Formats: sequence, structure tokens, C-alpha cells
Amino acid sequence: MTEVTMTVNGRKVRRDVPDETLLSEFLRESLRLTGTHVGCDTTQCGACVVHVNGAAVKSCSALAVALDGAEVTTIEGLAPNGELHPMQKAFNDNHGLQCGFCTPGMIMTSVDMVEKAKAAGKTLTEAEIRHGLEGNICRCTGYHNIVKAVAQAAQEM
Amino acid sequence: MYPLKYHKPAALADAIAALGAGEEAKVLAGGQTLLATMKQHLAAPTDLVDIRGLSLSGISAAGGDVTVGATTTHAEVAASGEVHPAVAVLAAGIGDPLVRNMGTIGGSIANNDPAADYPAAVLGMGATVVTNTREIAADDYFGGLFTTALEEGEIITAVRFPNVERAGYAKFKQPASRFCLVGVFVAKTADGARVAVTGAGEDGVFRHEGLEAALSANWSPEAVEAVTVSPDGLMSDIHGDAEYRANLIKVMARRAVAVS
Repeated sequence: MTEVTMTVNGRKVRRDVPDETLLSEFLRESLRLTGTHVGCDTTQCGACVVHVNGAAVKSCSALAVALDGAEVTTIEGLAPNGELHPMQKAFNDNHGLQCGFCTPGMIMTSVDMVEKAKAAGKTLTEAEIRHGLEGNICRCTGYHNIVKAVAQAAQEM
Repeated sequence: MYPLKYHKPAALADAIAALGAGEEAKVLAGGQTLLATMKQHLAAPTDLVDIRGLSLSGISAAGGDVTVGATTTHAEVAASGEVHPAVAVLAAGIGDPLVRNMGTIGGSIANNDPAADYPAAVLGMGATVVTNTREIAADDYFGGLFTTALEEGEIITAVRFPNVERAGYAKFKQPASRFCLVGVFVAKTADGARVAVTGAGEDGVFRHEGLEAALSANWSPEAVEAVTVSPDGLMSDIHGDAEYRANLIKVMARRAVAVS
């Protein structure tokens, strides 16, 4: 067991976990933050995406002990006051989900994509949004409404 | 995943010591391949030695060479104005944005997956793999599938890319995994053309003599036409047989020269 300290959604947390604990397991099982979903568990589907030190990563493919001291944001951290983040609202407005399983990862990837584009002073094209979502798989929507949602949120963020 | 002991040394000497002390210790960098392999029980190291605390990350240019630290992520290389644009383009096409935020150049070439992108850039550019003990020319570094010249306890610290006159990369993605069905990296150097092919060879990345001769004589997409690419020694799988890959090598070589 190793003691891991992180700041998750602005809150400092400390837990003793086995060294082989994945970040996704740490978030879901140790912290009970079950908004982060585990789909494929093989670094493909992107349902488990969270932000680590400001970058979107697949939490099923990182060890919790390796992220001691990191700042982590999960889907739960996007709406701290109960008011939806513009990306969440855009997914709702555009019906960017059906079953909703991939949605937390889709939204975390999309928020990072839009924030990076804004920081670079760029407006995302539809092709760039689709390219940016390559690591997130949705089996319901056919992606069209997800892409529309990201484009809308990019205007509002 | 099986139980393991995690180490995060702050000095290279401590990392070497930890690698030597573990029963079956492995180096961990970005973990984007290794952790997935461990979850599938295809690898079961007793110890992981994380080298991300060794300050091996970063890109620097000196005397025409560009050195990329072993733990520099694909996203950092993709965004770099210092590496050759062909290398940046290659890095920007690895996996997906999330993998690129974690995966590292050192991890990619240490693993030497036969369908990985980076081996094509390292071999195509004629780069040098720098380790804690020596410098290895790319031509001597890549072995067969998942095999390299690295010895037990040897750690890649950086990859040094020389300056080349022109370079280009073209990749035909396996549409589900984004790995290379075929990727071709071409470079025009003072000593002639270098052409490295990934995704196709049964023994991993390789240089193609016929394409190199044709492009050394005439650096143009048209020069590729007259070259015969044999399917011998190429992979066949459900995504494409050896003949299909042989044809794709020519198509990708043409495109790579066109964008160089």
C-alpha cells in the first residue's frame, strides 16, 4: 500500500491504495466518484477520461500512485454549484447522448479540446472536433449531435 | 492487474538500481501500452520503475540536431516548432489526443511495436537513440517484433534527430485502432534518401532499398512508380494481406514524398 495525495475537483484527498491501482479505480472505488465510467478498460473507448494537471487523459491507463500530488478534475467537478457547465448544457441542448455511458468521457475530452483551442486563439472546425474526439467511442448517436454540441459549447465557453 | 511495487526514483542511478533489484522490473514511462498489456496479463512485472521523475522530458536544438527527451509526450512533440515538421505530424497522428497527452517517445521505441509510428521516424531520419550507457544508431537499434538493442537495465534517455534536407510521413491507419496498417517515413539526407516502413514488416520497421535508390536518384512522387515492392516478409492479417500492404507501401511512399 502506498499513500496517495491528490487534489480532486478542488478537494484535497489522501488514501492508502495498492500500487497497481488505476486512476479510474481510485476515483470510482476509493473516492466513490462514479461519474467516471469504465468502458473497455483497454485504452480505447475514452469513457474514463478525466483531466490530470490540465490535460485530458484516460484514467484507466494511469496508475494512481504515479499521480501523487496531481490536480484531477472529473465530470463531477464541472458543475460544482449544480449549474451545468456549458459543455454539459450543449450536450443536453443538442441531444448529444442516448444511453449516456460515453458522455462523461466525451465531455471531459471536449472541454479540454475547446480550452486548448481558445488558449491558442483558434476556432475549432467540424473536422477538428471530429479529429479531437478520435479517442472517444459512442455506440448510440453516430456522433453528429455530439459534434454539434461541442461546436455550440465552443461558442459559449 | 497483478500486484506490483511502484518506484519513482529522482536520479538515474537510483532507477538503474531499482531495475536491477526487482525480480522482474520494467521501466514505466507514459504507460499507454505497458499498462494495457499488464491488464491483459500479457506482462506481469513485479516492479515498475517510473522514469518521469528523472527530468528526461523536453526538446532542445543544438548544432542542427534536435534532441527529444525520452519522457517527452507525443502531444509535446506534435506542438513543437523545433522538431522537423514531419516528426511533429507523425506525433500528432499517434493514437488519439488522450493517448498523446501521456504516451512518450522513449516508451514507443523501447516497445518497438511493429505497427507503431515512432520507429519509422527514428529509422527514417537516421536518428540516434541515447541511453544511460551509450549511443545507438537507429540502423543498429531496431530488432524484430518488440525487440531492440537495449540490454537489461538500460534506459533510453533521449532520441537525437539529425537535420535532413526534406522529410515526410504518410500513414494508412487501421481505422479502429489508429495503428499503422502501413506507415512510410521518407527523408532526403546529404547521403541520399532514407525510407522507413512501419506496420507492414513481419520483423517490424525496416528500410526499403529499392525506394531509397529511386528517391536518391530522383526525389519525386513519380520516382516511386517504377519501384517493385515485394510482398515477401510482409504481414498478412484480417486487415490486409501482404500484397495489399506491398501496394500500400508504394502509395504511402508517394504521399510522403509529396508532403515533404
